Amino acid sequence: MEKRPASFYILGTFFALFMLFLYGPTITIAILSFQGPGGGLTFPMRGLSLNWFRELFMEQAVGDIWGSFRRSLTLGLMVMVTTVVVSVMAGLAFRRRFPGSTVLFYLVIGALVIPSILVSLGVGLLFDRTGIGSHWATSAFGAQLTWTLPFGILIMFAVFNRFNPAYEEAARDQGASTGQVFAHVVLPLIAPALVGVALFGFTLSYDEIARTILVSGSRNTLPLEIWGMTTNVTTPVLYALGTLTTIFSLSLVVLVILSVTIMQRRRARNGSDAGRGLV
Amino acid sequence: MRRANLNSWLLAAPLTGVLVVFLVLPILLIVAVSFWSSNEFSFYPDFQFGNYEYLFGSSVAWKVFGLTFMMTAIVWALTLVIGFTIAFFLAFHVRTQKWQMVLFLLTTIPFWTSNIIRMISWIPLLGKNGLVNQTLIGAGIINEPIQWLLYSSFSVCLAFVHLYTLFMVVPIFNTMMRIDKSLIEAARDGGANGFQILTNVIIPLSKPGIMIGSIFVIALVMSDFVTTRFMSGSQLANVGRLISNDIGLLQYPSAAATAVVLLVTVLLMIGAMLRLVDIRKEL
Repeated sequence: MEKRPASFYILGTFFALFMLFLYGPTITIAILSFQGPGGGLTFPMRGLSLNWFRELFMEQAVGDIWGSFRRSLTLGLMVMVTTVVVSVMAGLAFRRRFPGSTVLFYLVIGALVIPSILVSLGVGLLFDRTGIGSHWATSAFGAQLTWTLPFGILIMFAVFNRFNPAYEEAARDQGASTGQVFAHVVLPLIAPALVGVALFGFTLSYDEIARTILVSGSRNTLPLEIWGMTTNVTTPVLYALGTLTTIFSLSLVVLVILSVTIMQRRRARNGSDAGRGLV
Repeated sequence: MRRANLNSWLLAAPLTGVLVVFLVLPILLIVAVSFWSSNEFSFYPDFQFGNYEYLFGSSVAWKVFGLTFMMTAIVWALTLVIGFTIAFFLAFHVRTQKWQMVLFLLTTIPFWTSNIIRMISWIPLLGKNGLVNQTLIGAGIINEPIQWLLYSSFSVCLAFVHLYTLFMVVPIFNTMMRIDKSLIEAARDGGANGFQILTNVIIPLSKPGIMIGSIFVIALVMSDFVTTRFMSGSQLANVGRLISNDIGLLQYPSAAATAVVLLVTVLLMIGAMLRLVDIRKEL
C-alpha cells in the first residue's frame, strides 16, 4: 500500500477533534444525568444515582412529559406515513415532465428555504382566522409536512435519477399491469430509500420546534415541552430527559441502518435468478 | 399524452394540496395581514403601509437585520471551511469504502437527535462553573470565570456551527465522491502538487455541493429564532426574534410585515445562489 501523505494525519486529527466537538456535549450531559440527588447542572458529580431518571417517571411538578411524548410519537408516526406516501407519489409524478412540474418543483425548494417562523405564523393565522383553531394533529401536522416532504422528495429524485427503467419494461413485456409493476418491481427496488424517507419524516417531526411552536394548540409536543422547561427547570432532570430522548432517537437510527443493511444483503444473495427461472 | 398528464397530476395532487394549504395560503395571509392595522388588544383588516413604514424607519430593525446578516456570514464561513475539510478527508483520505461509510455515518448521526437537547448540552461545558472555566482556572490561566462563553453571541455562533456543519458536509461529500479519480491522477501526472490539485481540480468540481450546503446554512441561520433565543439567554436579537417578540405582544400586523421583508431577503439570496447550480441534476 502507498505511504500515507502527511496531510492524512493532519486532517485525521482535525476529523477526530470534530467528532469530539460533535459528541462531547451529548456525552457530558449523559454522564451528568447520573448526578447524585444533591448534584447540580455542572461538574463535579456529587455521587452517582438514578435519582433524576426516577424523577422523570414520578408525578411531575412542571409540565407533562409523558403526555407530550405520546403526542410527539403519534404525530411523528402520522408525519412519517404521510411523508412516505406523498413523496413516493410525487416522485413517480416527477419522473416525467408535466405541465406545472417546474412550478411545483420550485415550490418544494421554497418549502425548504422559507423561514420556519413564516410557516408557524402563517399556519397559525390561517387556523385562527378560519375559526378551525390550532391543534397538534391538524395545524402542527401540516406545518411539519412542509419541512419533511421536501426532504422526502429530494430523496425520491435521487432514487429515480438512478432508476433503470429496463426492469419495468421487462415486467410490462411479460404482461404485468401498472399496479403489478409498481408493487412487484418498483416498490421492492426503492424500499431501502423509503426506510430513509421514513426516518427523515419521523425524526424531523419528533424534534421539530420552529414550525410547531405557534400551531400546536393548547397541548405541547415533547420538544416544545422541553423548550418550556429550559426556562424554569434547573436540575439535572433536564439532562436525564435529554439522555432518554437521545437514546430513543439513536436506537431508531440503528434500527434503520440495520434494516437497510439486511435488505441489501438479502438482495445481494437472492439478487439474480438468471438461468434459474421457468423456461 | 393527455392521459399521461392526468396521471402525473393525480400523483402530484397530494403534494400540491399540502403545499398550497400549509405554505402558499399561509404566506399569502401573512402578506395580507402585513397591511392590516392593530391596536393594543386586536388587529383588524385594513390596507395601509404603516407597518412597513414603521419597520423601515426603525433604527433597531436595521441594526437587527445587520446583526442577522453578520451572524449568517460568520456561520456560513465557519461551516464551509469545517464542512469542506471533513468532506475532503472522508472522500480523498479514507481509503476503504467501508470506513468511508462508517465515518460518514458518525458525522451525520447527530442530525437525527434533538436540536434543543444538543443546545442544552453546552450548559455544563460553557457555563460560569462549567468544565471549560473550571479547567482554565485549575490550570491557572485565568482567575475569574470567562462570562462570554455561554449566553453570548459566541455561544450562539458555536451552536449554529455545531448544529449545521452537517448541512455542508453531506452535499460536498456527495459531489466529491462523484469526481472522476482519473482527473486527479492526470493533474498529478501533469506535475501538480497536492495544494494545486485541491485548488484547481477539487474545489471547482465541488462547487455544486458547496452551493447546496450554503443554501441550507444561509436559509437556516437567516430565519432562526430558537437557537438565538436559547443560546444567548434572550440577550441577542435577530430578525426571527424580532418577529416572535411581536407575536408574543400580539402585534400580528407588525410581525407579518417583518416576516415579509425577511422572506423577500432570504428568497433573493437563495434565488441568486440557485442560478449557479442545478439542484435536480445534483441529486
